[in-house]
Amino acid sequence: MDISTQNPAAPPALPPDVERKRAARGATRPGDRVFLGLSRGSGIFVLVLMAAIAGFLTYRAILAISKDEANFLTSFEWNPSGVPPQFGIAVLAFGTVVSSVIAMAIAVPIAVGIALFITHYAPRRLGGTIAYVIDLLAAVPSIIYGLWGALILVPHLDGLYGWLDDYLGWTGILEWNGGAPRSMFTVGILLAIMILPIITNVSREVFRQVPRMHEEAALALGATRWEVIRMSVLPFGRSGVISASMLGLGRALGETMAVAMVLSPTFDISASLLDPGGGTFAQNIASKFNEATVMGRDALIASGLVLFVITLLVNGAARMIIARRKEYSGANA
Amino acid sequence: MSHATLSPKRGGTLRGATLPKWFPWAVAVGSIAAGLGISAAAGLGSSIQWALIAAVLFVLGSYAISARIEGRRQAKDRVATSLVWVAFILAVIPLASLVWETVKRGVQVLDGYFLTHSMGVVADTEPGGGIYHAILGTLEQVGLATLFSVPIGVLTAIYLVEYGRGRLAKAVTFFVDVMTGIPSIVAGLFVLSLWVLILDMGPSGLAGAFALCILMIPVVVRSTEEMLKLVPNELREASLALGVPKWRTILKVVLPTSVGGIITGVMLAIARITGETAPVLLLVWGTDFINANPFKDPQESLPMYIYLQYSAGSDPAYDRAWAAALTLIAFIMILNLLARGIARWKAPKTGR
Repeated sequence: MDISTQNPAAPPALPPDVERKRAARGATRPGDRVFLGLSRGSGIFVLVLMAAIAGFLTYRAILAISKDEANFLTSFEWNPSGVPPQFGIAVLAFGTVVSSVIAMAIAVPIAVGIALFITHYAPRRLGGTIAYVIDLLAAVPSIIYGLWGALILVPHLDGLYGWLDDYLGWTGILEWNGGAPRSMFTVGILLAIMILPIITNVSREVFRQVPRMHEEAALALGATRWEVIRMSVLPFGRSGVISASMLGLGRALGETMAVAMVLSPTFDISASLLDPGGGTFAQNIASKFNEATVMGRDALIASGLVLFVITLLVNGAARMIIARRKEYSGANA
Repeated sequence: MSHATLSPKRGGTLRGATLPKWFPWAVAVGSIAAGLGISAAAGLGSSIQWALIAAVLFVLGSYAISARIEGRRQAKDRVATSLVWVAFILAVIPLASLVWETVKRGVQVLDGYFLTHSMGVVADTEPGGGIYHAILGTLEQVGLATLFSVPIGVLTAIYLVEYGRGRLAKAVTFFVDVMTGIPSIVAGLFVLSLWVLILDMGPSGLAGAFALCILMIPVVVRSTEEMLKLVPNELREASLALGVPKWRTILKVVLPTSVGGIITGVMLAIARITGETAPVLLLVWGTDFINANPFKDPQESLPMYIYLQYSAGSDPAYDRAWAAALTLIAFIMILNLLARGIARWKAPKTGR
């Protein structure tokens, strides 16, 4: 087949250098065309899929919000099937942010500690084994964390709650009045345990790539092991740790089943983190779905759209930090 | 001058005084004893409390002693070391407990009967029943999702590595990254809005498989892409130089070279979506009966089964939930280990 038989209007989206390459080879065999078409088609399909996700969610969300009699952003109600329908995401947004912040506050320091333990403190062979096991733990499904959290963790938290109430109850944030510990705080602890493996994995990869020379130079100057870590390992790994934390945060924000199983949800915000109640976007969708009418589902989709946008922003930020230091990327771990 | 001040105060060596190797252990034993003693004296019952007291005593004690004898910098180093150990132990406890409890409680009702029967005629509060319908549903939904997403994912990766330059490829790369972070419940909501609310289809395994696809495609693309990039360019050039068309080069040279890694990636992706509950909850609904047809009517899946049994809330139901959890973990771990085995066994030779 000759190049001149190509319809000039046909490949407008063709990147110029692919075309140049093809011309240089002087052949557009039918097999090549079909194959290129298939593979480019798949790529375009991915784009269409993303557009469709955003588009259809927005469409249904607009249907719901246009009928909403309450303020969608600030209302404390969730009654989309009522007359008139009233619902708002204030409680969900608050719960999602609070539980994720607690999870990050617990998980990030510990994960960095484990990553340092694996790369710099543990005997080499033990470190390798631990890294492998933590890799496997990252694959444990959230439903199992949820089951463990609800049946094992919750009954064991009374002691900790009592202690927090005794010593920190005066702050008001950590006041406990003896209810079952199915609160935002417990959710935060469980989420922390769930995102530990992924933050550890990515941080470990970054710490491992610290140039040996930097560490040896510090050691040669007489630095102790901690000084080596503070002066050469942590500065080098900072952006990697930040992006690892953002990936963990993205996961914590969207976690559904574990939260739904552990939390006893209510639709209000309580001053104390230890009181049962509150809710998160994902948990609310899972819990309310069964009893929802079409209007109720649309309202849930509207809240899902907000979650979608938040996770996109968080993940996008993480990717940007990783892309800036591409060579340390462990993002696909 | 400096030589004069560096007097051989400490035994004439260049090194400062160091504490013996058994020092941390001695302090640890001492502080645990002190912690136990204090709790006994104050009547504190909880094991967490004496452990906490012991930990604080350990850190303070080793800092103080070491700061006296070895100097401040060494003391800080010791504190950092103990904090790193504490982080490690803190993380090990829940993760070990998770695995231990799942195995311990899971084996109670897990047997051949459990694997080959459904929940059809078993009340939630009675013992008995099994997960046959859940295994069937999981296999069908995950199978369908794999069937859809592997061709799309592998072809997209081929496009990105072999053809893709310019804006389209950049956009695809970016959105694949973005897709990786989509929460599973949002994927479920999307299929719900399109398939159920707009096209008016009922719940089915197929709808769940669509949502699982959205979660699986980016993982397959990313891993396949990494593998294709590892194939040395010399192989492609040799094949092209022999006059082989590009598409045949890809099919006969590039893909066979990287097939091990691609299979690994696909298996890891399968392991990831097998445990997804949220999309199944929204789109497949779950049932107690055997439904072998993934295209019509609600189906069960393993994670969904765990959730339903947990929600049922009776002791026999909890036992069943643990047993199903053990089955699910075993399945995912076997997939993971196999995948890693294949990756090691078939790792592409990189150039040299």
